[in-house]
Order: sequence, then C-alpha cells, then structure tokens
Amino acid sequence: MEWLSEFGAIAAMQGFNGLSVFCVLLLMALGLAIIFGQMGVINMAHGEFLTIGAYTTFVVSSLTSSYAPAFGPYYFFLAIILSFFIAGAIGWLVEWAMISKLYQRPLDTLLATWGLSLVMQQGFRSIFGAREVSATLPDWLMGSWNPTEAIDIPRNGLFVMGLTLLLTALLFLMIYRSRWGLQVRATMQNRVMARSVGINTKRVDRMTFALGCGVAGVAGAAFTTIGSTGPTAGSLYIVDTFLVVVFGGASSLLGTIASAFSIAQAQSLLEFFTSGSMAKVFTLSAVVLILMLRPQGLFSAKVRK
Amino acid sequence: MDSQPIRLLPRRLAVGAAALSLLAGSLFSHVASAEVNTTGLAVTDSEVTVGILHSATGTMAISETGSIQAERLAIEQINASGGVLGRQIKVIQEDGASDWPTFAEKARKLLVGDKVATVFGCWTSASRKAVLPVFEKENGLLYYPTFYEGLEQSKNVIYTGQEATQQILAGLDWVAKEKGAKTFYLLGSDYIWPRTSMKIARKHIENVLGGKVVGEEYYPLGNTQFGSLINKIKLRKPDVVFAAVVGGSNVAFYKQMKAAGVTADKQTLLTLSVTEDELLGIGGENMAGFYASMKYFQSLDNPNNAAFVEAFKAKYGKDAVIGDVTQAAYLGPWLWKAAVEKAGSFDIDKVVAASPGIELDTAPEGYVKVHDNHHLWSKTRIGEVQKDGQFKVVFESDLIEPNPFPEGYQ
Amino acid sequence: MKNAYESLLGGKHGAIGLALLAALILVVFPLALDAFRLNMVGKYLTYAFVAVGLVLCWGYGGILSLGQGIFFGLGGYCMAMFLKLEASDPESTKIQSTPGIPDFMDWNQITELPLFWEPFHSLSFTLIAVVAVPVLLALVIGIAMFKRRVGDVYFSIVTQAIALILTVLIIGQQGLTGGVNGITDLRTLKGWDIRTDEAKLILYFVSAVLLLGCILIARFIVASKLGRLLLAMRDKEERVRFSGYDVASFKIFVFCVGAAFAGIGGAMFTLQVGFMSPSFVGIVPSIEMVIFAAVGGRLSLLGAVYGALLVNFGKTYFSESFPELWLYLMGGLFIVVVMYFPNGLAGLWDSHGKRWLARLQRKPQVAAAPKPVAVAPSKRPTPELETTP
Repeated sequence: MEWLSEFGAIAAMQGFNGLSVFCVLLLMALGLAIIFGQMGVINMAHGEFLTIGAYTTFVVSSLTSSYAPAFGPYYFFLAIILSFFIAGAIGWLVEWAMISKLYQRPLDTLLATWGLSLVMQQGFRSIFGAREVSATLPDWLMGSWNPTEAIDIPRNGLFVMGLTLLLTALLFLMIYRSRWGLQVRATMQNRVMARSVGINTKRVDRMTFALGCGVAGVAGAAFTTIGSTGPTAGSLYIVDTFLVVVFGGASSLLGTIASAFSIAQAQSLLEFFTSGSMAKVFTLSAVVLILMLRPQGLFSAKVRK
Repeated sequence: MDSQPIRLLPRRLAVGAAALSLLAGSLFSHVASAEVNTTGLAVTDSEVTVGILHSATGTMAISETGSIQAERLAIEQINASGGVLGRQIKVIQEDGASDWPTFAEKARKLLVGDKVATVFGCWTSASRKAVLPVFEKENGLLYYPTFYEGLEQSKNVIYTGQEATQQILAGLDWVAKEKGAKTFYLLGSDYIWPRTSMKIARKHIENVLGGKVVGEEYYPLGNTQFGSLINKIKLRKPDVVFAAVVGGSNVAFYKQMKAAGVTADKQTLLTLSVTEDELLGIGGENMAGFYASMKYFQSLDNPNNAAFVEAFKAKYGKDAVIGDVTQAAYLGPWLWKAAVEKAGSFDIDKVVAASPGIELDTAPEGYVKVHDNHHLWSKTRIGEVQKDGQFKVVFESDLIEPNPFPEGYQ
Repeated sequence: MKNAYESLLGGKHGAIGLALLAALILVVFPLALDAFRLNMVGKYLTYAFVAVGLVLCWGYGGILSLGQGIFFGLGGYCMAMFLKLEASDPESTKIQSTPGIPDFMDWNQITELPLFWEPFHSLSFTLIAVVAVPVLLALVIGIAMFKRRVGDVYFSIVTQAIALILTVLIIGQQGLTGGVNGITDLRTLKGWDIRTDEAKLILYFVSAVLLLGCILIARFIVASKLGRLLLAMRDKEERVRFSGYDVASFKIFVFCVGAAFAGIGGAMFTLQVGFMSPSFVGIVPSIEMVIFAAVGGRLSLLGAVYGALLVNFGKTYFSESFPELWLYLMGGLFIVVVMYFPNGLAGLWDSHGKRWLARLQRKPQVAAAPKPVAVAPSKRPTPELETTP
C-alpha cells in the first residue's frame, strides 16, 4: 500500500512537472508568438530579450539588498514590471532602427537579428562580466508546497505557472478583445487595406514588436527562479522557442498553447522513462517529422507565403 | 581584398626582422640567450614571451576568465621577483572564443608565429584535444589547468588539475565511510568528462565499495529542465546523488532541486563540477549543505593560500572568487619557472625533461609535485557548500598519486 | 565552344572575374603568405564551398537553409572516419584494451568496430560518401519539405532544428562518434603525413582547385535554363508552377547540389585542420556560413568566396587585436550588410567599383557608369546575372 501511495505521489509530481515545463515553454514562446506569429518577423535575438529581463531582475535584487533590505520579499514584482518596460523599450528602439526597414524581407530579418543577438550578448558580457550571476530570491519563492507528506510542489513552479496564466489571459484579451488587437490583426492580414481605413500601421508594428519583447523580458525575469543568468543564457532557449511557435501554427495563439503543451508533456514523459539526451532527440525529431507531414503546424488559419 | 596580403606582408617581415635582431642581440651583447635558447624561441636577453590561450568570449568565457586572471597574476608576481632566468615574462594572450578549431589555429599562431616558450591555456577537454596534435607536432609546451577525465598523457602537456581518479575515488570513499552510502545516482552533462568520470565512479562503487548504482543519466549541455530527473531521484531514493552537471545547466539543476524540496537535510549530494565560480551563478543558498570533491577551495586555511587570496583580491577586487581551476591555473607559471630554472634553459625538450620531480611548497593548495606522467601529486578535499558561496573543508586526503590510465577502471 | 564560354565563364566579365579569383588564391596567397597563414586561408576556402552552395540555394533558389553545417559536418565526418581508422592501426593503439579501434571507442568500452565504420577502411568508398551522404540527407529533407510546399521561413527553422538534433545525437553517442571532442588526432592519408607544411600546401591547392571547379559547376547551373527558372520561382513561385514546371524538383536539386558542395568543403576542412567536431554541425556555424554568402553578395558565386575570406580574415584579425570588440564588430557587420547592402560586396562593386574603374579607363568626363543597384530597403534585391565582384 505504501508503495502505491508513493507511486501516486510521484505521478502527481511528474504531472506537475509536465505542466511546469509547459508553462516555461509557453512563457518563452508567447513573446515570439506575437512577433513571429502575428508580424511574421523572425527575431533571432528573442533569447537576448529574455536575458534582459533576467539581468534586470538581478540588478533590482542587488540594489534592493544593498539599499532597501526591508523591501526584499517584494522586489520581484517590481523586477517583473521593470523587465517588461526595459525589454519593451529596447524592442521599440530595435523595431524603429532595424526591423521597420526589413518588413518585406523576412529571411533578412533573421540574419540581421542574429547579428543583433551577437552584439547584445557581448553587451551583457561587457556590462555584467562573463560569469553567471544569481539574483537572491525572496524566501516565499523558494522551497516547496506540500499538500500531503510525500508530495513536493515547487513554489517557483507554481509562481511561473500563475504568471503564465495571467500573461496569456491578458494577451488573449488584448489581441482578440481590444480595439488595439483589432488593429494589429487588421494590419497583419492586409497592411495596405488597414492603412487605407486609417490605421497607423507603423505605430501598430512598433507597439506590437515592443509588446512581444516586453513579454520576453517578463519571461526572462521569471526564469531567474529556475535557470541561469549569464550572457549566453538566452541562446539556450531560441531553437525550442521557434519550434513551439512553428509547431503550433504560426499565426494562432491557441496553436502556440497547444503546441507548448504537447511538446512539454512529451518531453517530460520521455525524460522520466528514458534519459535526458535521448528524450531531447526524440522530442525534437517527432516535432520535425510532424512538421514535415503537416507543415502548417497544429492549428493554422492559412499558410502565409 | 587585394590589400589583404599586403597587410599581412609587413607582419611577416616584422617577424623576420625580430628574428634578425634577436640573432644580432645574441651575437654581440650577451651570450646567455644563445645558451638558454637553442631552438629559436622568442627569448631575448631581457624578455621571454609566453602565450595564454583561453576563451575570453563565447559560452566558455564564464569558466575561463578565472584562469586567465590567475595566470596573469602569477606571471606578474614572477616578474616582480626577478623573472625567469633573469628575464621578464611577456604575455601574448589569444582568444579561443569557445570554438575548438579556433583554439587549434591560435595554438599554431602562438607556437609557429610567435615562438612562445610555453603556453598556459585551454579549459574544456575538447579544446585540449584540438590543440594537442599542434603542440605535439610543433613541439610546444602546454600547462593545462582543468580537472579532467584522464586517459591522456602527452610529452608536451603538464596537467596542473586533477585527473579523474584523483578527484573521484577519494570523494566516493569519503561518502561511503562518512555517510554510510550504499546506493548512488550518477548524473552528468552529456560529454566526455562526465561520462568517463561516471564510468570510473560506477566501477569503484560496484567493485570496491560494494554499493549499487540505481540510476545513471546524462542531459544535453545547456539543458534547463530537470523536473523529471528530480522526480526520478525521489522515486529511487539514492543515498548519494553524484553529479557532474556543467554550465548553465548547473544553475537550473540546483535551483530546481531546492524548489522541489530536495535539500541537504534530506539528500546527500556530492558534485565534481561546482567550484566557487559556479556558486556565484547558482547562489550559495540554493546548494547549502551539499558537498563538492576538489583539490582546492578558497577557504583552505594555510599561509600560502592566505597570501594568494589576498593578492588575487587586491588585483581583481574584493568580490573576486577563486575556484579549483583558477588555483590550478595559478600553479602553471610557477611550475614552468621552476622547471626552466632547473633545466637552466628555455628549450622545450630540456624543460620537459626537467619537469618530473618539480616540487612547489608555495602552492596555495599546499604542496604539489610533478609526476613522471606529467600530472600532479595532490590532495583531495571535500567541501561543504555554505550560504555565502564558500566551502567549509570537512575532509582532506593524503597526497594522491595521479593515475591517468587507471587499471580496472577502464 | 562559344556556348561553353558563355555558360561556364559567363562571358568576358565572368571570365575576368574568375581569372582574378584564381590568380588570387592560386598565385598571390601562396606567394605572399607564410605556411601558417596560408593554412588558415585554406581553412577559410573550405567555408567558401558552403557559401557558394548557399548562393545557389538562397540567392537563386530563395531557399535559406540554416542547416548547411549538417552537410559540411557530414562530409567532414566521413573523411575523419577514414583518417581515424588509418591512425588507429593495431600497432599505434597497442596500449588500448582493444587495439585497432579508434581511441575514443576504447575509452567507451566498445570492443569491436561498429558496422557503419567498416566501409570507411576504403578510401574510394570514403570519397564517394563525402558527397553521397550529405546529398542523400538533403534529398530526404528536400523531398519531405518541398513536395509539401513548405514556406521559406518554415524551411529555415526546420533545417535549424535538424542541425540541433544532429549535434545532440553526435554528442550523445560518443562511443560511436567521439562525442563533443569530435574525431581528433588525424595523421596520415594512405601513409602520407597530412600534418607537414608541404602536405598542407598541397591540400591548399587541392581545395582551391576543387573550389574553382564547384564555382564552374554552379555557373553552369545558373546559366542554364534551370538557373532562370530558379530565379523565376524565387520571385513568383505560383506562376512557374502554373506554367507546368515541377517546382519542388528544382528546389530539391539545388538543395542537393548545395549539400554536395558543403560535404566536399567539410572533407577538405578535416584534411587541413586535422580534426572534426560537432561544433561545425550546429546552428551557429550554419548561420555564420549564411553570413559569408550575404557579405559576398547572395547572387554572386565569386562574391561568396570573397565573403568567406573577408569575414574570416576579419574574425582572425579582430580577435587577435581587439578580443573584446570582435563580437560587436561581427554583429554590426551582419546588421549593416543585411540592411544596407543586400547585394553584399558584389553589389557594392556593381554600384561603385565599376564606375570607378570606368573613370580610370576612360576620360573623366565620360560618365558611362552602370546604374547602381537600388538598395531600397523595402525591395528584394533585384536578380542580376553574375558579374565580376
């Protein structure tokens, strides 16, 4: 009997693990789903926008611990908000200086943003040093929550999950329920027509890109609780992120969610039953294979040419 | 484009001119240089040129920065104390950029182009394997600082870090004895060093300690999701988790262990891959109470180390930390100086011949001695991670003989 | 005869360009550079193979593969396996527990040579495999992707994912592949020591000649009807399809040609550098190779060679002189080239170099310069036939 209850506990924790990998993938992919999915811009520097969020959190954490230790437990919320605005502002600048000149050449944005990612990585290295840094996490984020004796649910996992839900819901509202979202969708479907009905498409582009980068910043801040912060930390995520978005069917937010969910569950299960490296190979191969059979992804409005 | 060869031409001429002036200098002013340097190395009456070859950029810069700092510090100190055979050491530093062919290319440049008397460098096994044929072909000398998997011995390399058996066996013996450990979960990043280390660990656990390996797995470099693994650890309940995870994965692994409630009061963990450098990124509070098996910790209590730590902090700031590899890198220039002075010559062959038996009483880790197989005799220590990112030394072994090709462990 | 002259050499301009390039790499470099620098150039030239293939695929075919490193790596690995087997004869590996197999296999407790290594005892098999293995993989990927009309961007991302999978796989199977260290310490080719300066010089010339050969093949393809169809497809794929052409087959064909070039480049790389490792298979080198083509000019076969040489010279020079700055410069170069010089060096030559040359040749007042290529940011680079870079 004891064996059975333990088995139940492991199954519960493993189920939670699948969900938490799902949330991490989704959080990484949300920003890109906007930028790549809605705008069609291939932003290879997306990982570096994550890193901006992570470093922002680190800076806020260090400042807090040296100047306002009493604020310690709550600094994380400030860090998340700041990450959003800093990453968003840099995204706004990048759109203005670079992306806006390349809308007709999607493959070229890929190359230019790759260059940008190199510059940003070296920038991080010059500012913060080559070594990894660690933000001190408030106590309420550390440790685990125990619904029963045998089950440990990581609190940072819960936190990331909550943040993901909140962010996804907000984005849904913004894109599908707000006037601004309507303008975004109109611009993406038919730029000329949108302009002719009086939408300032340039502004829409800029805000959309900045929003996507801001969301990436928030994701980066959240990832300091589970991952590393270093100059090249963001580049670890980039291929996975693109696959999630593409696998979901680029222009569908729902597709991104479904794809993050299925990839996460597959990976989490495979890791449990096989081993780390092989799980990665199997998951990626399955995704690539399915993409070859169904190039438009899981959900798709239409394949844009 | 056409200006390219023209731009490169003066460099070649310059090398030629330097060689000429060197020749002239040795003929007319001083006979010593011709005596101590019969193979055309970059040695003048007042100067000897050496190379430093590490990654200052790319993913490995995280790890290799400390080694560069330590090597420069040692060279500075040697220069301040009169140099080597009366010559000041001049450094040419090249960036391997975390890219193995670049390492090979730069190694060639240092040996063939710059004619350096020795090179301090490399960190990963892959970079060492890439430069090794170059050093053997051009007959250069490399001081390699990292603890590594062993299975190698080259005339042209002095290994100042520990080879796998030195680092692993003492650590395993300690957990078996001290913690009564019988079951082990082996875990590593997916490349040669963790795999070879775990192979040695498994043989030792099964054949010598009479224990059992309940799990062994490897995650791709850069993996950041360890939830499934942590659940497996919970399921199998090993007495000891024996870990060799590196890079960004390290940080993710320990943060997630802590968050999943797998902390030192419930689980014993012994790692081969966390030094003070890595703790900066992981955060001491996330690993407190876990153990690491190394030959050096910054907190070692001896006068050599006190002086070393003080000099290091004076040069690189009070927040600078020193890990195992950093200390091993610091040994490089000192061992070379001792070997050159014993040989009375900068010639590679003579320095290599003089190297075995070189002793260093002034090493921060205590006493080291170069073995015939070009590795160092050294002690292994077990450190317990403290919240402030330092280790408390809880065990110290006797001096261990290096054994890069261990019988029965292959 | 006239036809061959036109299609292979691209008329007078093309012939001059090719002759200049040949003179540069066959005469000027060997004379001006010492053995060490020349070996470096030889290494850069192997990247140029990939860049030339990319000009075909990307510049002409419009398919941007971010996985050319896969093919470069496969070619390189095939060659490395042959050389490793030769270096692992029972005599020199007698300290191993199983003599006669590569050292890394011995470290991984493999006691018998794996089956897929066996054929690499034969040089002729290896030489065929260097081209055939990459081409076969390209064929499979190409058929799967193009027959289903996968869009450009999707293709790029999928090739990138394949590069990642292959890297993880090679690293994970270290008993069979040498893992992250790769296959190292290669010494002789049929008893001929490839590490000596003379050997390196000979290998340099072999690379250079093979590269010129690849350029000629590419020229031939571009000048043929296929080349024109490719350009047409890139710009209006639907129309070509409606005209009754099998668009997918053309794409698969150039993709395979690109893979073959990359495979040859990889094999020459292994021979000159003396090892092969998974770091050439991954995403980063694959994108860098695209950058070589972009800097040279994505529509210029010769430009691709200059691009590969220039970027790598820059990389070496800056990383020696300003190690802190080189990533900024490299990243900045990518951005500037892509944004403002979509036709790369070749485009600059067309817009400025020729005018300058014309001024030199003729009287200053005759301003019969060709119209510069428009660099309007919002326009795709206009297709142009091969001109001297």
